[in-house]
Amino acid sequence: MRARLRRVAGVASVAAVLVAVAASFAYLAVDFRGLFTAEGRHEMARFVAEFFPPDASPDFLRRAGFAALQTLAVSVLGTLIAMLAGGLLALPAAGRLGAAGKWGARFVLSFLRSMPELVWAALMVLAAGLGPFAGTLALALHTTGVLGRLFAESLENAAPAPEAALRELGAGPVARFVYGTLPQVAPQCVGYTLYRWEMNIRMATILGVVGAGGLGQMLYFHLSLFQQPQAATVLAGMIVLVVASDSLSGRIRRALSAQSH
Amino acid sequence: MSLRLEQVGVVHANGRRALAGVDLAVAPGERVALIGPSGAGKTTLLRVAAASLRPTEGRVALLDAQPWSLGARALKALRARVGFVHQAPPIPPRLRVVSAVLAGRLGQWSLTRALRSWVAPADAAGARDALARVGLAERLFERCDQLSGGQLQRVAVARTLYQSPRLLLADEPVSALDAATADAVLRELVGYSVASGASFVASLHAVDLALRWFPRIVGVRDGRVMFDLAAAEVTPDRLAALYAGDAPAVPERPVETTHGATPPLASA
Amino acid sequence: MTAAALRPELRDPLARRRLGRAVAAAVVLWPLLRLSEFRPSTLFDPANLHVMATFVAGFLPPATNAEFLGFLLTATLQTLAMATAGMALAFVVALPLALAATRSLSVAAVGPAEGRWRGQGIRHGVRMLMVLLRSVPEVVWALMFVRALGLGPAAGVLALAITYGGMLAKVYAEILESADARPARALLAAGSGRVGALCFGLLPLAAQELVSYTVYRWECAVRAAVVMGFVGAGGLGQLLDQSLKMLSGGEVSSIALVFLALVFLADAISLALRKVLA
Repeated sequence: MRARLRRVAGVASVAAVLVAVAASFAYLAVDFRGLFTAEGRHEMARFVAEFFPPDASPDFLRRAGFAALQTLAVSVLGTLIAMLAGGLLALPAAGRLGAAGKWGARFVLSFLRSMPELVWAALMVLAAGLGPFAGTLALALHTTGVLGRLFAESLENAAPAPEAALRELGAGPVARFVYGTLPQVAPQCVGYTLYRWEMNIRMATILGVVGAGGLGQMLYFHLSLFQQPQAATVLAGMIVLVVASDSLSGRIRRALSAQSH
Repeated sequence: MSLRLEQVGVVHANGRRALAGVDLAVAPGERVALIGPSGAGKTTLLRVAAASLRPTEGRVALLDAQPWSLGARALKALRARVGFVHQAPPIPPRLRVVSAVLAGRLGQWSLTRALRSWVAPADAAGARDALARVGLAERLFERCDQLSGGQLQRVAVARTLYQSPRLLLADEPVSALDAATADAVLRELVGYSVASGASFVASLHAVDLALRWFPRIVGVRDGRVMFDLAAAEVTPDRLAALYAGDAPAVPERPVETTHGATPPLASA
Repeated sequence: MTAAALRPELRDPLARRRLGRAVAAAVVLWPLLRLSEFRPSTLFDPANLHVMATFVAGFLPPATNAEFLGFLLTATLQTLAMATAGMALAFVVALPLALAATRSLSVAAVGPAEGRWRGQGIRHGVRMLMVLLRSVPEVVWALMFVRALGLGPAAGVLALAITYGGMLAKVYAEILESADARPARALLAAGSGRVGALCFGLLPLAAQELVSYTVYRWECAVRAAVVMGFVGAGGLGQLLDQSLKMLSGGEVSSIALVFLALVFLADAISLALRKVLA
């Protein structure tokens, strides 16, 4: 009986999904057929061709390079600030400052995490003006929510015995934490941070679209002016940045896994 | 009095009674061994003595102070003078041996000194001396997860030696070690107690070690003190009664109570 | 205790490396701060503070006039539709890619067959294509489609189809490859075509994981649809962008509340679907 009910529910769900998909296309009333007519294909081909050849003049390459470095700086600083702020918030979120602290911290972290980075960036442009600083703040705010929650989980999973033993010999709360729990959670937390940094580099390239500087702002600017060759160079820069930082983060990860205290 | 328990009883939250009517007084410089079957309450007794577990009945006094009526600061200072060697070394694996040993004085160091030492060990020489006494001096800068279980236990002992407590408590400190190493570690702990005048209370699984190193033996069974005698007065009959129903580690003849001919620990 | 008095075995082997790393970090930090124009004082600049203060003051009460609520409803439906349609297309894109990239379905691996090198070449080519599709963020695709097709959800649907198609393809291929390949191989050896081997050999084993991941990705797609709206792909994102530019705090807080509710709803639907379909 139970199995039958499950099967019915399964079939009903599949049907519901299919209906939802059909309804979505109908609601959007998007005429994709236009894309596939000869004229549509011709238009698309022309659009794509305008991107080539990408602008490779030394002056523009220098500007794109600077924007890439700016994007990189935003991602590093934003992630670094988030690691510190997330670490601080993780302590109450893991219950170390009582129940009220736990729910308060978790609420704050959840709120920071729920708003997409782009929305934070738009808000930060209001608070701090156009430019990469808004991007740094936006990344820091969102990533604090993400890392804070991950750190709190690590803290809760850490073994309590080392800290308890240090309490017995009279160590204060901060010293207990540093010598007892921090060595347990540090490798995992650093791993989370590095992983998050890899994602933040991609994010940082986009944030410029709302005015937060770097490659994103350049891309938006040139696309708005229909300057496709320049946009193509910026796009290439984005891909290079992502690939290069992935390999760098991999190397940092390997170096840190051998470290100890 | 280094330690005084008066009619101490402990009932756990789930209703199980761990200790009942325990009286124990340890004078400064005294060495006492707790023996008894598993689950007898030896660990609970030691935890009450260390002021990490509050007794449900009775009174505890450590180093002439009532731990449960002290303010936070005074309690912290009191705890710094009490050392506890656990059965399983409570040391995080990724900590380095030098930091693990230096952690023994965290109760006496300021926070700044503690943090600075974590980054760059402040008293490597002191840590090394403590490690030398347990035969691990050459492992000073290694990471704790590169050591075996027995070696890690010795590091925990070194930490307590580095702490230099006035009251030394140990819960089966040598159970994870082989016979020769266990004997040598006990010799170091007893040596520390003799040299510094600190009291030493240890629970031991191996009765022969207890009889060899401790002049006073307390037998614990089912949460109660069965006997509290000088080592020479502990007869095989008493031991059999204490361990009745438990796999006994009962020696057949009384063992000499002075230092036996034990091989020295592998030197640094 | 001076350094000279330290005997060699007491010198911390890590001290030098740590100091070096600390110095390197400090040296790198300064240019980073300059490059990213790190100036916390701008947060307290009176003009900015005024703007933020008036803006935040407008958060309460959230806008609830009928006209705006109408916009909000349309925008929410548009976002949901964009995410669902985009995922459907992504699925259509991902399946053949995953098929081509899965070694378990390689006829050549079963026994002698011509075109072995061609098969491997195609597999590698497909994998590289998937990497390329994944490297460019969906917002960038959306931006370009908006330029090509104009404002509106069509750009978002296509952008989702491409990026999420690449993502789905990679994970589908991984799931299919980690499933037990023997039933599929047996079918291939018996002469069945690739599609047949997939349907009757691999799918029954891998279906649960495939469905679970797809539904999880749909949830992410809802969030991505909002983000893409910011660059002109319609839905809640575009509405939010407009309200932000007009500094109407009440509208922004309404949209934010709806967005949070939407994310929560999508999370719940995703959980329920995964439980039922798996």
